[in-house]
Amino acid sequence: MIKVSSNLAARVKDTEGFNAGACFHCGTCTALCPLGYEMLPRKLFREVMLGLEEKVRARIPQIFSCLLCRMCEKNCPSEVHIADNIRTLRCLINRQEFGLK
Amino acid sequence: MPLPIAPILGIFADNLRKRDSVLPLSKKTAMGWANGLNLPRGGKTVIYTGHVYQMIPAIDAMASQMALLENSFLTRFFGIGRLMNKFVSLSFFMGLTASSEKMRHSNQVLRDIVGLLRDAGVEFGYLYEEELYAGALVYDDGMDETFGHHARRVAERLKKLGVRRLLTVDPHTTKMFRQAYPHFVKDFDIEVQSYLEVLAQAHPKAMKPVNGEVVVHDSCVYARYENVCDQPRELLRAAGLSVREPELSGKSTHCCGGPLESLFPAEAHRISGIRVDQLEAKGKNVVTMCPFCWVNLNKAAGDRLVINDIATTLASCRRQASSCS
Repeated sequence: MIKVSSNLAARVKDTEGFNAGACFHCGTCTALCPLGYEMLPRKLFREVMLGLEEKVRARIPQIFSCLLCRMCEKNCPSEVHIADNIRTLRCLINRQEFGLK
Repeated sequence: MPLPIAPILGIFADNLRKRDSVLPLSKKTAMGWANGLNLPRGGKTVIYTGHVYQMIPAIDAMASQMALLENSFLTRFFGIGRLMNKFVSLSFFMGLTASSEKMRHSNQVLRDIVGLLRDAGVEFGYLYEEELYAGALVYDDGMDETFGHHARRVAERLKKLGVRRLLTVDPHTTKMFRQAYPHFVKDFDIEVQSYLEVLAQAHPKAMKPVNGEVVVHDSCVYARYENVCDQPRELLRAAGLSVREPELSGKSTHCCGGPLESLFPAEAHRISGIRVDQLEAKGKNVVTMCPFCWVNLNKAAGDRLVINDIATTLASCRRQASSCS
């Protein structure tokens, strides 16, 4: 069973500049990521938008290992602010999971 | 076990709140590089190191210690470490194992930057003990409340000292002041320029070609956040060097792995290894423009490459040219 949290999606949508909705899943970011992770960032953003909180929680190490190097962002055909989106997720996780502000 | 994210980030945030830096440095370490340079105190235009070059030897030492701890049972004690760090700066003590050779290198890079700016006729001062770390690591790791508080303190201090223009020396501090501070500090209107932009604007006179070529490794932050790509190449060519481009360069540069050093050291080493291979395919002499790139690539390259900061390379070309004339 997959639990869906409307809170997560709502919190993210409230965040200024989180524009993952424009992603059309082309996979350019995945192909270019120097880390070579299969999931970052397109699947992650989809999970966030769908409110799949448990799945996002399981991605915490990957979210914090993003280099913020913008290799994906500069080549994104939808101009998704990928690095800023990752930073936004870090902020949410820090507050919600780690008690860090 | 992998290194635990929360307590490590907590230590960075606690240090910034309590000690003004993620990695507190002694005054001697932070300002020693300026000894004997007779830099005027303060002024409207100042060179701003943000302590980044000075931190590199300590960061390098800590990253080596972290690499030893990664996947060991000791990772479970990081929570206790964070608690202790609130009272005694553990990171300060970890930094005491920093290499004195790397410290000399960092200091010399900063002194070379001063020399290059002076040669270009730029007048500037230095804030000495008034200068603070800009907060990049805490911002990148998403601790915005802590970062915002610190950024406002830094901005307030700059305003009080009458600073109107910052000449930054590394990409991360440049990015903080140009992109993050305006979002966190109301009416932040201080002009911020990287010293590379300032030197390029001064249109350095082309020197006689020297017998040498360098492979350029761009910093991700300069290339893709700050649009600083052409200036380093113009400066290197004007210094008489032939510039070679690696497989991924300019706006498409490959990361050095540096951002992962504190939380995922093994992964950082893997990424820097990939980049070293790409650079080595184009030549042995590599130029970097970010202290994190310099230290990470050096660690991965060992004896395979000779990696110099761009300031070292440009200053060395100037010295060669003046000794020939």
